[in-house]
Amino acid sequence: MENFFVNISGALRNWFTGMGLSTMAVESIMTLIFLVTIIVFVLVNVIYLVYLERKLSAYIQQRLGPNRVGPRGLFQTVLDVLKLLGKEDVIPNAADKWVFIVASLLVMVPAIMAFAIVPFGLGMIAVDLNIGIFYFIAVSSTGVIAFLMAGWGSNNKYSLFGSMRSVAQMVSYELPIVFSLLGIIMMTGSLKISDIMAAQKTIWFVVLQPIAFLIYFIASTAELNRQPFDLPEGEQELIAGPLTEYSGMRYALFFLAEYTNMIAVSAIAATLFLGGPQGPWLPSWLWFMIKVYVMIGAYMWIRWTFPRIRIDHLMAFNWKFLVPLSLANVLLTGIGLEVYKWLQTIRW
Amino acid sequence: MSIAEDKILRTEELTLNMGPQHPSTHGVYRAILVLDGEYVQNMENVIGYLHRGMEKLAEARTYPQFLPYTDRLDYAAAMLNELGYVQAVEKLMGVELPERAEFIRIIMAELQRIASHLVMIGSFALDLGGFTPWMYCFRDREKILDLFEMVAGARMTPAYMRVGGVMEDLNQEFIPELKKFIDSMPASFEEYDNIVTGNEIFIARTKGVGVLTAEKALAYGVTGPNLRAAGVDYDLRKVTPYGIYEKFDFDIPVFYNGDSFDRFVIRIEEMKQSLRILEQAIENLPGGPIQAKIPKVIRPPKGEIYHQIEGSKGLLGYFIASDGSNKPYRIHIHGPSFVNLGALPEMCTGLMVQDVVTTIASIDFILGEVDR
Amino acid sequence: MDKTISLDEIITLLTEKYEGYLVKVEDSLDAAIRVKDHLFFQVAKELKDEHGLDFLTDLTAIDLEEGNYRGIYHLMSWKPYRLLRIEVDVSGEEPWLPSITELWPAADVQEREAFDMFGIIYDGHPNLTRILLSEDFEGHPLRKNYITKSRRK
Repeated sequence: MENFFVNISGALRNWFTGMGLSTMAVESIMTLIFLVTIIVFVLVNVIYLVYLERKLSAYIQQRLGPNRVGPRGLFQTVLDVLKLLGKEDVIPNAADKWVFIVASLLVMVPAIMAFAIVPFGLGMIAVDLNIGIFYFIAVSSTGVIAFLMAGWGSNNKYSLFGSMRSVAQMVSYELPIVFSLLGIIMMTGSLKISDIMAAQKTIWFVVLQPIAFLIYFIASTAELNRQPFDLPEGEQELIAGPLTEYSGMRYALFFLAEYTNMIAVSAIAATLFLGGPQGPWLPSWLWFMIKVYVMIGAYMWIRWTFPRIRIDHLMAFNWKFLVPLSLANVLLTGIGLEVYKWLQTIRW
Repeated sequence: MSIAEDKILRTEELTLNMGPQHPSTHGVYRAILVLDGEYVQNMENVIGYLHRGMEKLAEARTYPQFLPYTDRLDYAAAMLNELGYVQAVEKLMGVELPERAEFIRIIMAELQRIASHLVMIGSFALDLGGFTPWMYCFRDREKILDLFEMVAGARMTPAYMRVGGVMEDLNQEFIPELKKFIDSMPASFEEYDNIVTGNEIFIARTKGVGVLTAEKALAYGVTGPNLRAAGVDYDLRKVTPYGIYEKFDFDIPVFYNGDSFDRFVIRIEEMKQSLRILEQAIENLPGGPIQAKIPKVIRPPKGEIYHQIEGSKGLLGYFIASDGSNKPYRIHIHGPSFVNLGALPEMCTGLMVQDVVTTIASIDFILGEVDR
Repeated sequence: MDKTISLDEIITLLTEKYEGYLVKVEDSLDAAIRVKDHLFFQVAKELKDEHGLDFLTDLTAIDLEEGNYRGIYHLMSWKPYRLLRIEVDVSGEEPWLPSITELWPAADVQEREAFDMFGIIYDGHPNLTRILLSEDFEGHPLRKNYITKSRRK
């Protein structure tokens, strides 16, 4: 059970080598297979997540949520996607066509790229880069461009407003995320995902770095444009912010990208703070799924409980509170590591 | 140095239209904002999208025929509109009501006040991004609408009151259901406190936003909870009790900051006071007829009357001029929301766009009353 | 400013002071006075500043047919509660009344509504434009000679 997927990929690899292909060709084909598998996996999860969000919000609000389509409403999202596919693709006349169209495609790319270094189980990392975390941070920063393009290309004052807010928010909240992850990296001494996982065999980093975990949780909610930080899509004020002019499948792409991002961010949180795909009894990839869904559940719970924060409070909160706190955390981690090393020497 | 002075960065003012179709302008209301960045330099109200010509229609309807129209003025507080109208006509005709009718009217009026304030509280939280409190408020409002359906057959536009009394007596299930509702509300108030009033983000977004001072409020003719949130304790039910309000023991909550937070909290407090009135009304409800003896055709003597009541949004006034026939010569409806809106540009200058949304929501206007 | 004198005393005072131009309306359920248009602003100011009727609670108009209109104003003091109606008769195709927005900003929107519905020109109003009907609407609907055509077929 534990090595189910590892065995499959091993078998495929042997099969391809057996066909007489060079190692480079085999590696390329395997990477391609990994890519397709990840995309399929992510999309299936996203479709389930849309349903989960609606059900969770419904139960919090004392109502039922979708329960007609399929058993307990499970096929709701599938039908919604089909409906969106059938809608007319409206592009405003005065919009910058190229920018408008590419923005909707571009938003998915960083989200999916982030999954390259995500450990779905023991030995199940697509590409175990030795700069793993650095790659993740770099790729997730580029998501901002898509929002900026969407707002600008729509040629609509509300969209422009929303995208400017979005850029300010996403760029600012990058820093606390990076600094909170820095504490983990200092403790592990490596950017590689498998090293970070190995370092958590005895104790999860959430216990050793609780402040970093909280900062990461708050800052990543802002990165994801979810409440209480969903100003760019401030429904009540800017209709849908940068997404106002999008219809049909393009609109759906933005939402799918948001959920994909949420899975990626939760996966990183689960790996870096909650120990990743490790745990007793159950197979590692099952542990991974459980931890990711725990994080996702937390994000959803927060969303449906809090009102929206105001733009100046948002900025003040980041620069005057989160960034200094995360820097203080780095300082404390550094001091702690030195003290730990010193304690090790005197014990001998 | 001179080069830098020559090339001063020119920022343009943006004219933003919060159009008649907008998720958070409560109804078909349009605001034209002139913005400098995120700050409002100037604001202009554009109303009239829901103008139905009610005052002109009234001149072609008999007095009882006009009653269902009053439901549709402030459609979130139908019973209160009806109360104002029938009391005005009764004043003109000099009709005295049986006691039971008066008590039933008070019960309906206070229930309606609670329902109206629930709409405001829910929508206010919704405009700030809290979807869940909105659902909770409407869940509680459902109970009130069920009670109205029980007596009048309709939820939002009951047309229950008549000149001289009410349409039908309460049935047997009404009082027990009403008691159940009153008992369930304290738990709901606690819920609202936990999820909204006590929330840091909510407090930060509403305190100090959209301040209306007492002098400005009085000068602009603002009445109702908006005035009492600014520190002025004027409530028509205490100042000159109409109906039988003098027989009830209740307080008038007053807050002193005049900001959006106070306008929110005062409505919760007013709901609690309305519950007190309801409890007393149930206890002292007498038996007897529910309709006074009035002629079949209502023909008030020639004359004019101005009657005002404390509606959920402020002073609701009816000016009725009768020429002795069965149709009114002129009915003028003084809608509190119409006047409250007049104060809005003053309150919104200098705020950020998000704060404009908050302030609009905290004024609690209903377009039916504004446009008639 | 004396808030203790009753409405009857105010009316007596005013009818004596403005003899011939201000009368008490007889047979009225509310306390009401009728004043000539050229003195209206002065009387309103006096009621506000000297007699404590400092809250404008309603402002409207009524069409008395044959080109006569009457501006209806309700002034109020909260504590003690006193409500006084002031009626001002004007006439003509474009009747004229002084605006009281200077005394009460509350009059702003209400005068615009009366202008919209009756065509009364309020002299001194900062922005006398239609408020409920669209800018290009023709006619003043609440006038008695404005017949609304039924579109029933």
